[in-house]
Amino acid sequence: MSRITLKIDGKDVKAEEGMTVLEAARSAGIEIPTLCHHEKLEPFGACRLCIVEVEERGRKKLVVACVFLAADGLVVTTRSEKIDRIRRMIIELLLAHAPDSFQLRQLAKQYGADRNRFEKEASFCIHCGLCVRYCAEVKQKYAVGFVDRGIRKEISFIPEIAAKECPGCKECFPLCPTSYLQAAFVLTESLAFPSSSS
Amino acid sequence: MDKERVEQIIERHQAEPSSLIQILLDIQSEHNWLPKEALERVSRKLDVPLARIQHIATFYKAFSLVPKGRHGIHICMGTACHVRGSTRILSKVKELTGINPGETDIDLKFSLETVNCLGCCALGPVMEIDGKTYGKMTTAETEEVLKSYE
Repeated sequence: MSRITLKIDGKDVKAEEGMTVLEAARSAGIEIPTLCHHEKLEPFGACRLCIVEVEERGRKKLVVACVFLAADGLVVTTRSEKIDRIRRMIIELLLAHAPDSFQLRQLAKQYGADRNRFEKEASFCIHCGLCVRYCAEVKQKYAVGFVDRGIRKEISFIPEIAAKECPGCKECFPLCPTSYLQAAFVLTESLAFPSSSS
Repeated sequence: MDKERVEQIIERHQAEPSSLIQILLDIQSEHNWLPKEALERVSRKLDVPLARIQHIATFYKAFSLVPKGRHGIHICMGTACHVRGSTRILSKVKELTGINPGETDIDLKFSLETVNCLGCCALGPVMEIDGKTYGKMTTAETEEVLKSYE
């Protein structure tokens, strides 16, 4: 593991090779907003909120910090008018799905995002994949997974596994940015294994 | 679908997790749909979580988790077929089978599906049943064709 140095917001940051831009920034105390990131989980790059601008060999491009690997001599900008505008748009689009998410509303306040910009299409789930990935990678129970694709994609519990594993775990509940996970669980529970609920 | 058949299909692919989609396709083509018991068996044999199999089985349109009819009717709704009257063919088929696109009739005889182009626009309006193409359809011919299926 060799040491590398990159520049984040004008500050020289030392990092290990193989670290993502997000990890490097956080290790230096530079905050980048995220929704789908979790230290124990593999990078996923779903919410795109951690978007930053990097400059490599004189070329600038927009990347998501949670999956983009830090490299020696990389120049990163984590806040600018352009980046804030993109983040505001992402937040506004996510708010159309989950208008009352506490986390999203906090971010909206911070970035001046308008909660009512887009017509509400309350699916509640924003597909961050935290529950699905936590259950698979940390607990290795695979009680919840994605089904379908595109605009119909949603999370779904496997009733047989959920009935056995979930009541004593529920570790994914606080991870959900919108509380949709809890709702999906209660629905599964009431439909598939009502007798075991307390 | 009997257990042995599923077992044989899994065996044919050496219960290799990387052959998951192929196994599912084989089950689907023999049985017309993927019953939950079969998926659970595949999950156990291949040591692939059911959640992952469910994700894949719902992702691809080739798979169905609900029973499908013995014959799959596809009616082309592409532009060429549309102007040549595919909507009339569709309503005729709906009337004869009593099902809407995406549905299967109660005897498991027909499943109806609309598609956006079958790639033979000169034959429009086109109907396809079990891979056999019927071109330049009229409502009268549609009725004859459907009657020829058991």
